[in-house]
Formats: sequence, structure tokens, C-alpha cells
Amino acid sequence: MKITLNVWRQSGPDAAGSFVKYEVDGVNADMSMLEMLDVLNDRLESKGEQPIAFDHDCREGICGACGFMINGVAHGPEKEITVCQTHMRSFKDGDELTLEPWRAMAFPVMRDLMVDRSAFDRIIQAGGYVSVRTGSAPEANATPVIKDNADLAFEAAACIGCGACVAACPNAAAMLFTSAKVSHLGLLPQGQPERDKRALDMVAQMDKEGFGHCTNHGECEAVCPKGISVNFIARMNRDLLSATLRSTR
Amino acid sequence: MTLDGKCPSGPIETAWDRHRFNMKLVNPANRRKYNVLVVGTGLAGAACAATMGELGFNVHAFCYQDSARRAHSIAAQGGINAAKNYQNDGDSIHRLFYDTVKGGDYRSRERNVHRLAEISVNIIDQAVAQGVPFAREYGGLLDNRSFGGAQVARTFYARGQTGQQLLLGAYSALSRQVQAGTVKLHTRTEMLDLVVIDGRARGIITRNLATGELESWVGDAVVLATGGYGNVFFLSTNAMGCNVTATYKAYKKGALFANPCYTQIHPTCIPVSGGYQSKLTLMSESLRNDGRVWVPKSAADATRDPNSLSEDQRDYYLERRYPSFGNLVPRDVASRNAKNVCDEGRGVGHEVDGQRRAVYLDFRDAIKRVGKSTIEARYGNLFHMYTKITGENPYETPMRIYPAIHYTMGGLWVDYNLMSNIEGLFVLGEANFSDHGANRLGASALMQGLADGYFVAPPTISDYLARVGWGSQINAEHEAFKVAKGEANDRIQKLLNIKGKRAVDSFHRELGNVMWDKCGMSRTKEGLEEALKRIPQIRAEFWENVNVPGDNKGVNQSLERAGRVADFLEFGELMCLDALERAESCGGHFREESQTEDGEALRDDDNYCHTAAWEFKGVDTTPTLHKEALNFEYVKLTQRSYK
Repeated sequence: MKITLNVWRQSGPDAAGSFVKYEVDGVNADMSMLEMLDVLNDRLESKGEQPIAFDHDCREGICGACGFMINGVAHGPEKEITVCQTHMRSFKDGDELTLEPWRAMAFPVMRDLMVDRSAFDRIIQAGGYVSVRTGSAPEANATPVIKDNADLAFEAAACIGCGACVAACPNAAAMLFTSAKVSHLGLLPQGQPERDKRALDMVAQMDKEGFGHCTNHGECEAVCPKGISVNFIARMNRDLLSATLRSTR
Repeated sequence: MTLDGKCPSGPIETAWDRHRFNMKLVNPANRRKYNVLVVGTGLAGAACAATMGELGFNVHAFCYQDSARRAHSIAAQGGINAAKNYQNDGDSIHRLFYDTVKGGDYRSRERNVHRLAEISVNIIDQAVAQGVPFAREYGGLLDNRSFGGAQVARTFYARGQTGQQLLLGAYSALSRQVQAGTVKLHTRTEMLDLVVIDGRARGIITRNLATGELESWVGDAVVLATGGYGNVFFLSTNAMGCNVTATYKAYKKGALFANPCYTQIHPTCIPVSGGYQSKLTLMSESLRNDGRVWVPKSAADATRDPNSLSEDQRDYYLERRYPSFGNLVPRDVASRNAKNVCDEGRGVGHEVDGQRRAVYLDFRDAIKRVGKSTIEARYGNLFHMYTKITGENPYETPMRIYPAIHYTMGGLWVDYNLMSNIEGLFVLGEANFSDHGANRLGASALMQGLADGYFVAPPTISDYLARVGWGSQINAEHEAFKVAKGEANDRIQKLLNIKGKRAVDSFHRELGNVMWDKCGMSRTKEGLEEALKRIPQIRAEFWENVNVPGDNKGVNQSLERAGRVADFLEFGELMCLDALERAESCGGHFREESQTEDGEALRDDDNYCHTAAWEFKGVDTTPTLHKEALNFEYVKLTQRSYK
């Protein structure tokens, strides 16, 4: 196959960027999207040109490092999949693809398709945990957990922190990401003592980072590679409301 | 040099407790006076950094990824072992200890393994308290599944994402300490060298991958939790960034590297489909419970539609050779047999570099026997993953599988305290060599990483710090830091200035092919000697003809890869040397010269019941071999058989 790429090239955080066109021939349908970029990069490197920078690591769809827009869709056309698991058989010979980085104020572009997502780490640092010291844990089976709650908590906890939800949202909101963590811990007995504080602190940090607000477009769920439901946003809003009413701050 | 594992003597059941009581403690008010540098934020590194931070030490944690949550521990699917005996099926600490020593083919230290089995139960408690959503039964209690190498169900799991959930647990604990100010986290930061002053590890040199800046970090102890070296094979199930640089640089600074030839091959991975392939994907080996493994009897049938081949045109070679275990032989046996039939020219699937390297894993008979819906319920997610990657439907066409490298048992040599022979250098998780011997059992990697990070290293590091005291006058202006930083910078400039004709990956692929061919699933004296000639040639060409575009200002992913590949090009030689020296077969290390009459691995306990630890003597000089004898007081050595 032959694929034409329009790739966002930007040499650094403060540099101006632009789209650059590449013709890639000899593309095999069994290649992943990133392997196709590897092939292009190999050709660029051999000629002494700068390869296209993009974040990636596990290439199994679980580490959450990879992600960019393919023709305006976060992680590309396939459902519940990251770009590393998107294969070229999803496209046709002669297709033209536009690749650009996540666009959000809170995710500044570092280079080409690579963005800075450290805002997500700071949201977790604000309260995405249970405060338990190593060694102070009670016997694991001392606290039974309702199976349905445990399963639902797992679904929220499956978030890989890739940032596609933010990139897809017209408001660049981080509600799906934040609500997944608030819901995961809020559904478990271990997460109850800090439930109010967690919702208040994580939402405050989210706002501070410059993410937008949720206006119920649902674009986040549509592109989430782990299929995380927008219902968790509703759950977080409930937690936030009751925490605000109870708050003595 | 005499290698002293410093294992406590006396009854094994109480050894760790007694050892802990004898350790020195640091007064809470004094802990913040110590700097601890932790490199790597996978299960072992994140757990260790979080725990040391909670204790009040001043911790700096480093990872090359953009977030501490992305280390490759995240990709572990199956589960984590623990001797909880919740199933009441006869499990115990002693049984987990016994299974692990035996599974490691009697090449691990008994006392380390026993401690691991003891701690396993605390890990589950800790993870549950953090909110790790393990699978549960309807009564609300924790569920278990069984796994290879054990006759009890002791594996805790969170669907097929146990590694992810445990890592996110450790990452959350780490994040809490970052918020508390006890841990400073440095992401997109790669360690380039270890600084040793007067025999003690005193710091590291790092490169900021976002800016290119080289920095010196001074510490009272350095912890390496930097994972394994499977990517020396280029194609492996490891993440693309996994590398040997941190441990290899420590080796070059005097730390001994133990058993580098012990690598584990996983039999059920999705095969290579073309020369562009960047990595391999593993599928749970539970598939072998219902799938039948076969290749055509005749090489001429390799390209025919598998469904058109009749029963007598098929060779179910595992069932034929191992009638009692059949398709469920252990990982190493299944892998070697797949290689053999492909070497005979009977492999199937895509032809890559002139050979077809895949065998069929066929569910036709299982679907006929139990129905498609049952198979879907058992393996639906794996079939889905296979379809996503290959575009084929395994309910109708047999899967194609081939073995791939996915774990390395070898690593830096450590004593019972997880300290290397360099004072103050601690090595945790897959980066050390200590607990799995020559072969790791399924669901034991997560257990070891968390045991080391949460429970073993914090007290042993504290003990070391208490003994050396605080108030050291060393700072980043010390000559040793200046020299190390200068050398790191020189190497970067050297790589950038070659401007040859070949891309970095082309050298990595070339090395990987040699390693896989000569130091992969089966090894021979001739093959290894050939590899030992070939690798220095590839290395020489690399340093003359690699093209690393760009400069050292800002993000330069070619430069990052070039540095890692340069280290793999030296390390590969060490692996082959170790494999050559160990003329026995054991665990994942199969020497063709050492097999039984019917082709099974044959250990040589008289000559090789030891850990081989190598001391660096110079890049083109043969390293010195040191041996640590292994003594088995509690488990009797026997030969494995699966006929």
C-alpha cells in the first residue's frame, strides 16, 4: 500500500509548527500504525533527517504512552484501541492521513506528536490514592467487597491515562480521567475515609491545570481505548456535590 | 573476590525475622538527612521509593517514561502468586518456596526464595488496602486461579490486567509521597552512569530527555529497579524503551552481573509477520489447555490452507513426543519443539528472511467438543486481541504462534540484603538475579518486584544507611561526578558526530538476529563462539556507520535509542560468554550438548550448581568469572521430566 501522511512537525515547545507531507510506499496491511511510522523514521534517519517524535512504549495498548489524532479522531478510526494497536489494514491503498498531537492547553506540545501530560500526574498526586502506609494493611479478606462494586471499580481503574479523552473533548476537559480515579476508589470500602476530600482536591487540581468543563458531549467515551463510561463523570459530580455540602472548608 | 550472599544461618523459617531484628535503624528525626536515589518506577522501584518516602527519607525517583505509571510492569497479564491458602487446597509458605526453587531448576538461593514466599501474603494485604480491584467471588472475598508449575490455586488477579492494577497501586502510593514532599519525581529522565567513590555508590548521572541536559545526583544509597534486558534480542515482549543501560553501566563500574544467559522464552506469542516488526505480543499460555499444536508433516504443505489438510497430513508433535503432558508441557519444552519443527522447514505463516517461523494452535477440535460459546467464554478476550493484530478469525482458521523472549532471570548480583558487591548499590526486581534461578514461574514476577520494593529493600537500605551515617562531604562538584558527566557527554557527542549511513534500529535488529539465533532457545558451543566473533564486528560498524540525526538540545529519540543500542552491543557479548561457560542445560538455558537421550534438558549439578557472576575488565577484554556455590538444605535436587 501507499499512504500519504500530513504530519505535524514542531521542533520544540516554543517553536512554530507546520504540517509536512510524506509519501510512504511499501506499507503492509499487517503493520501497526507505529510500525509504519518506524519505517518512515528509519528512512528519514538513514538520510540524516530528523525522525518524527512520538511517545510510545509497550505497544500492547496498556501503558498509555502513545496517542495522537488520525484524521481528527483520537487514536484513529477503530473503537477501543490505541494507535499502537491500530493496524494499517484499517486503511486503504492511497489513503491520506493527517497526524497531529493532542490539542489542549493543559497538554503543551513538546515536539512533533509528543505532548506533556504531567498534568494528569498532578491530578493523581492531589488525592488519587488511599493513604495506607506499607506494612499497616489489615488482612486482605477481612473486608469483603460487594462483587458488583469491585467489578465496577475495576472498569474505572482500567484507565491507562493516555489523554485521548482530553484531546477529543471540545472543552479539553479531563473529567473522564479524573472521574475514573474518583469512582474507582469511591466504590471500594478502602476508599471511603478520604472520599469527600479526594473528590474536592482532585477536581480543584484539574481546574488549576487549565482543563475545561464537561458539557456532556460524550466524545471522551467514544474515543477511550478502554471504553470507560461517561457514567463515571455523573458519579464524580454526585461525589463532588455531596462533598461540597458536607465540607467544612 | 569471594562472593558472600550474607544469608542468615539457622532455621530457614525464621531467618528473615531474625535478620530483621539484627538490623540497625535510623532515628525518624535523622531520616531526612539521607538522600536515596531510586531509578525505575515499575513495581519494585515505585514501591521502594514510596515506602522509603513514607519512612521519612529524602527520595529522588527517576524514570525514562513521561509518567511513573507507564513502566512495563503494567503489561503483566496473568496474576500474582501468594501463599494465602484461601482455597484451602493445601498451599503454604513452604509449598510456594518449594515450587519456586524447583521451577527455577535449582539455580536460585534457597533463603532468598523462602523470604519471598513469606512476604507474598503481605503483598496481597497491602495491594487490597490501596484499592487494587482484584477479582472477587460473590461472597465478596478474593478469588484465585491456578497457574503453571503449581498444583494449588494461589494466583490473585484483576482480569487480564493484574500488572496494570498493581502498578497503579504502587504509583498511587508514590504519588501520595510526591504530594507529601518526601519523594521528588523526575520523569523523562534516563540514568547514564553510576558514580562510585571509595567503593561506595554515591550517585548517578542522568540525561533529561526533554531538554538534553545532563545532571549529577548525589545520594547516600542508589537503588536500581530498571527491569530486564530482553530487548537485547530486538524483538521481545518488552516495551520498546526497556534497556540494559543502567545495570550495564553499574557493571562497568564494578558491580557483578550474574547469570546473564538465563532468559525466558514464552511459547505462545503472535509470530513475526514482516521485517518491519517492532515488538512481539504475548498471549496467555492458558490457550494451550484447549488448543492443539501442530505443523504439516511435509514442508511442501506449509503454504496450504490449514483447514484443507487432513489428519494424516498433520503432525501434532507435542502430543506425539510427550504423550502424558501433550500440549501442556512447560514453557521451555514447548518453545524448543516449535523452533525445531520450523528449523526443519515445516513452519507456517509469513515468510520472513527466508523462513516461516510459526506453528498452528488449533481450536477446531475443542470447538467441536465443547461448542464455540464455551471457547468464547474461556478465551474471548485473547481471540479478540489475536484478531486485532493479525486480522484473522481464530474460531475458523488455526492461530499461528511462535515463542518470544519475555523475561530475563539474570541480573546484577546481590546479596541477601539486595545489595550488590558495590556498597550502597541496591538492585531490585527483574534487574537483580536473585529469586527465580534459571526459570521463572508464571505470576511470580509481580510477587518479586513488590516483595523487593515494599518489604525487603526498605529495612536493608535503612540498615546500610544507619551503618554508614550521614553528614558526608561529597557533593556534585566532586571529581568523580565531573569525570562521569564528562564521559557521558563525550559519548553523546561521539554518537552525534558519526553521521554514517545506517539507522540505529538496523544495528539493533542485526544484533537481535544473532542473539536469537545463537543465544536464544537453544545454544551450542560453535554457535556461541560464532556470536562472540560476530558481535564485536557489528559493534565496530555501529561506531563507524550509525546515523544519529539532530543534536543534544531537546527531545532526540534517535539519540536515546543509540545510547541503549550501544550498551546492548556490549552486553550481548557478555550473555553469549556466560552461555558458553555454562555447558549444562538448566531452566531457560538449553545447551544442545547437554541433553538426555530423548532430547530433554540435562543439568550438571556436579559442575554448575553455582551462580556465575561476571566482573568487567574492559570492553574488549574477557571479564572475570566469580562463582557463588548454591547449597540446598531444604529442597532435594531432581531432574525434571514431562514424558
